[in-house]
Amino acid sequence: MSEPILELRGVNKSFGPVHVLHDIDFTVQAGEVTALVGDNGAGKSTLVKCIAGIYPTDSGEVRFNGRPVHIDGPRDAARLGIEVVYQDLALADNLDVVQNMFLGRERGRFGLLDEADMEQAARKTLTSLSVRTVKSVRTQVAALSGGQRQTVAIAKAVLWNSRVVLLDEPTAALGVAQTRQVLDLVRRLAEQGLGVVLISHNMNDVFEVADRVACLYLGRMAAEVHTRDVTHGQVVELITAGRSGELGIARPESATI
Amino acid sequence: MTNTTSEAAPQDSPPPAAISDFGIDTTSRSTGEALRDYGARLRGGELGPLPALLGMVALLIVFGSIADTFLTLGNIANLLAQGASITIIAMGLVFVLLLGEIDLSAGTASGVTAAVMALHLVRGGNLLGGMGDVVFSVFCGLLVLAVLLAAVMRIWAGAALSAVALLIALVGVPPNPWVEMLLAVCVGTAIGCVTGFLVAKVGIPSFVVTLALFLAWGGVVLQLVGQGGTLGLNDQVLFEVANGNLTTAGSWILFVVAVGGYAAVVLGRHFSRLRKGLVASPTPLVLIKVGAVVVLAAVGTCLLTLDRSRSDIVVISGVPYVVPIVLVLLVIGTFVLERTRYGRHVYAVGGNQEAARRAGIDVARVRMSVFVICSSAAAIGAIVYSSKVGSVDPNAGGDNTLLLSVGAAVIGGTSLFGGRGRLRDAVIGAAVLATINNGMGLLKQPAAVVYIVTGLVLLLAAGVDALSRRRAAVAPR
Repeated sequence: MSEPILELRGVNKSFGPVHVLHDIDFTVQAGEVTALVGDNGAGKSTLVKCIAGIYPTDSGEVRFNGRPVHIDGPRDAARLGIEVVYQDLALADNLDVVQNMFLGRERGRFGLLDEADMEQAARKTLTSLSVRTVKSVRTQVAALSGGQRQTVAIAKAVLWNSRVVLLDEPTAALGVAQTRQVLDLVRRLAEQGLGVVLISHNMNDVFEVADRVACLYLGRMAAEVHTRDVTHGQVVELITAGRSGELGIARPESATI
Repeated sequence: MTNTTSEAAPQDSPPPAAISDFGIDTTSRSTGEALRDYGARLRGGELGPLPALLGMVALLIVFGSIADTFLTLGNIANLLAQGASITIIAMGLVFVLLLGEIDLSAGTASGVTAAVMALHLVRGGNLLGGMGDVVFSVFCGLLVLAVLLAAVMRIWAGAALSAVALLIALVGVPPNPWVEMLLAVCVGTAIGCVTGFLVAKVGIPSFVVTLALFLAWGGVVLQLVGQGGTLGLNDQVLFEVANGNLTTAGSWILFVVAVGGYAAVVLGRHFSRLRKGLVASPTPLVLIKVGAVVVLAAVGTCLLTLDRSRSDIVVISGVPYVVPIVLVLLVIGTFVLERTRYGRHVYAVGGNQEAARRAGIDVARVRMSVFVICSSAAAIGAIVYSSKVGSVDPNAGGDNTLLLSVGAAVIGGTSLFGGRGRLRDAVIGAAVLATINNGMGLLKQPAAVVYIVTGLVLLLAAGVDALSRRRAAVAPR
């Protein structure tokens, strides 16, 4: 693959005495889905929040598109084109799909809204993602199913010509059919050339859509491998023990938080 | 790419036009579909102002049949003037309710603005003389504080209006009805700045802040007016606000401007949406809606331009001034809520505060601003009710002014839980309450019965709100 769109080198993060991330190396390629897996407390969410600029990193380098960047707050991340879809989605129930997608970044002049422009742009984005599940872009979010909400949240992240989209457990609360829709959508994001990071606990999802798996173990990057090179079992071992055969941390027993 | 995508591949042929793939069949619905959708929404618990409208019709029928004088022209015009102040205060409260907050102080705050206005008029522009040194210094101090707080939160309109109030107070502008009204509104704005800051920035729950201020402002009114005293508003213009009428020609000009403007905006918007292929209601429905408004407004204007005086000597006719006042406020407020970025943010903060915060909306500023709007609207309401009575007494804005206003907003369909509601709800709800009050009065019912019935209606409205919420939560998705 060519140069990665987002690259982290030797990133450390501590909360007081707790060293949460140890020398993390992590790369995201454009046009690929990178699954970020790890047990509870392994540091997945912290890593995502560091990338999103919510937590400042203590040390290490972040390179975006080959250039070293300093992400200092969520707005910096948004400016680079890094969008995060959090687990709780952050949609306002009483607003419709278009209104939610443009929330806080409404189009229009002099404080007036340009509804026509926004509606067309929203529909275009949903069309480009081949979303067929939402009946009308003027449906209130309150009337949407969990999968549809997830779709709207993801489309909202894509609307801003983003380059990297981080998805925090997008299928955790969904049924079978809805999981299907969301996974298809995740795949299409990558096909459009975005770098996609998928946090998930579900190995089926990971093996279905991810090109690569990055496995965190107690705050360390245990392995970053192509999904075709590993088996289910190996990934589970990496998650639970930090090591599987030749892969993983040399001496996981010595790893401490 | 991995082979997992192969199954999705056949669907990925690029759509011929941007819109064709996604929901072309949903952008324009037939009338039947739209009605079915509306039915589904009603069953799903989104009632909107429907219960209030039905209640209004029921009330008109009941009172019309048992109280002879209810449906006379004189009484209808009187009803409009009686309901106007509650309507205006309720419209301001809608902004606060949209955030799921409450402003219990709106009533007595309006009383303060009325008292300041009356004092300024009675004392010939000398507020210092009217209030006494200590009270005047505290008053000016509060105005300065309001300017500062608004400036800190970058609510420039609030800061500017509070500064105007300070200027009028300090300079001692000679009394003039227009200056008095401006002063009242500006004092209202200043009060809102203080309330809003306490809620949004200091973080005291709005219920507690405004409960405390409800008591405090009640005391301030008493202090300004004086125990047992009243301040008369001996001014023709101020008297006309709630008691005057447009001329017949003026009434029809109002009809043409208001209805013509409404039709132009609604139809223009509708056809522009159709042209651009956006989601739009069916054309027949839009035409019916506009037609109904035109007919109702024409009938109303026609009736109100007839002579409604009970004696043969005097002629009373024309649309009361309060109608255009309420209409203008309704149009401005609706425009702000539906068409501006600010209005969108109000709904967003009311719907999901966390989502709004993450979307980069300054939540504290929005929360403070609604209190500024509410108190300013309350001041306009104060001008109207003071004009109706012709004086300001120590009880101005007390009693049940506030409760009726909140009740009006809620009966109209504004949710107390935030996020749902429109300004027209306040107008419809206030019409219901004013009708109950007026009709019961005509039936010579004692105050006790009026209060009890009003209370029960409010309870009913709040119950409908809560039940429809529950319904909406369990409605199939």
